Amino acid sequence: MQFFGGSDVSPSPPAPTAAGHNANVMYMFNRNGVCLFYREWNRPLRTLNPQQDHKLMFGLLFSLKSLTAKMDPTSGDKGNLGVPQLPGQGCSFHSFRTNTYKLSFMESPSGIKIILVTHPRTGDLREALKYIYSLYVEYVAKNPLYNPGTPVRCDLFDTNLDQYVRSIS
Amino acid sequence: MPTVGPRSGDAIFANVDRVNAELFTLTYGAIVCQLLTDLEEVEEVNKQLDQMGYNIGTRLIDEFLAKANISRCVDFKETAEMIAKVGFKMFLGVTASVTNWDVEGTCCNIVLEDNPLVDFVELPDTCQGLYYCNVLCGVIRGALEMVSMKTEVTWVRDVLQGDDSYELQVKLLKQVPEEYPYKDDE
Repeated sequence: MQFFGGSDVSPSPPAPTAAGHNANVMYMFNRNGVCLFYREWNRPLRTLNPQQDHKLMFGLLFSLKSLTAKMDPTSGDKGNLGVPQLPGQGCSFHSFRTNTYKLSFMESPSGIKIILVTHPRTGDLREALKYIYSLYVEYVAKNPLYNPGTPVRCDLFDTNLDQYVRSIS
Repeated sequence: MPTVGPRSGDAIFANVDRVNAELFTLTYGAIVCQLLTDLEEVEEVNKQLDQMGYNIGTRLIDEFLAKANISRCVDFKETAEMIAKVGFKMFLGVTASVTNWDVEGTCCNIVLEDNPLVDFVELPDTCQGLYYCNVLCGVIRGALEMVSMKTEVTWVRDVLQGDDSYELQVKLLKQVPEEYPYKDDE
């Protein structure tokens, strides 16, 4: 896990965050709940230790997914809440917004979940998340030294990710 | 925002980096030869090729999903079509087709029109029973397991063993839905 105070200054479109980066925090989980990647660029408040924080985030998304799928008014199948679902099946939520931040989420059918927390006026980040997924494929999945299911430690991935996130508005 | 649909196998194949076909074939041949020297038993080599394929498949699935821009397939029939039309085309440049569906829709055969792995290959008599392309079975099995499907993949027809085409049988054993991984005793 890397903790990174966002202290770089770079010219960027107006963002309420103090740092030049446009994203606050990023998480990546696999289907078993292992936190593959965590990066923060600007996170003033930390209340939990990292393990608890990751568990909380994963649990939140797991429940949200389940809830949104079961509340889907267009789907004919009314299963019980809590019945396990296949990743990507049914409707999937992609973001939620509060008055202080926006959380964008993407899950691949293979269970890789990517979460990006940004300032609340961010637009739709679905394409950005897809691009991050392809960065993951290029630098992590294809890396022979990487052991699938373990946290990602890859400099190329970090650099490219940083560069890309800087350009998201 | 309009969503982009899945891309066709040909389109992706045109865009990916490619390696020289002969290099690929000869490298694979060298691997099989080395395995035969090390393990000596044909059955062991088959198992090892399948295991190698499985490890490849578990990583390949992410690349496949990212490049082909695919969301979840509705049923196994669609999955098999995806593997044959998009997967094989994208990674091997091979056109494949799906045949021979059983009644419940859980078992089908995939026929490969050509097979770049076996150019220049002839099996000697000492290697009868060797499934030279067994790595492909492993790849499919590994990839499908990462999308929650437990399958069994075997060769039905193999040109190197005297048949007239390459045909794989893919059988869906069960779908494994996602479970909440943490225990509740926290």
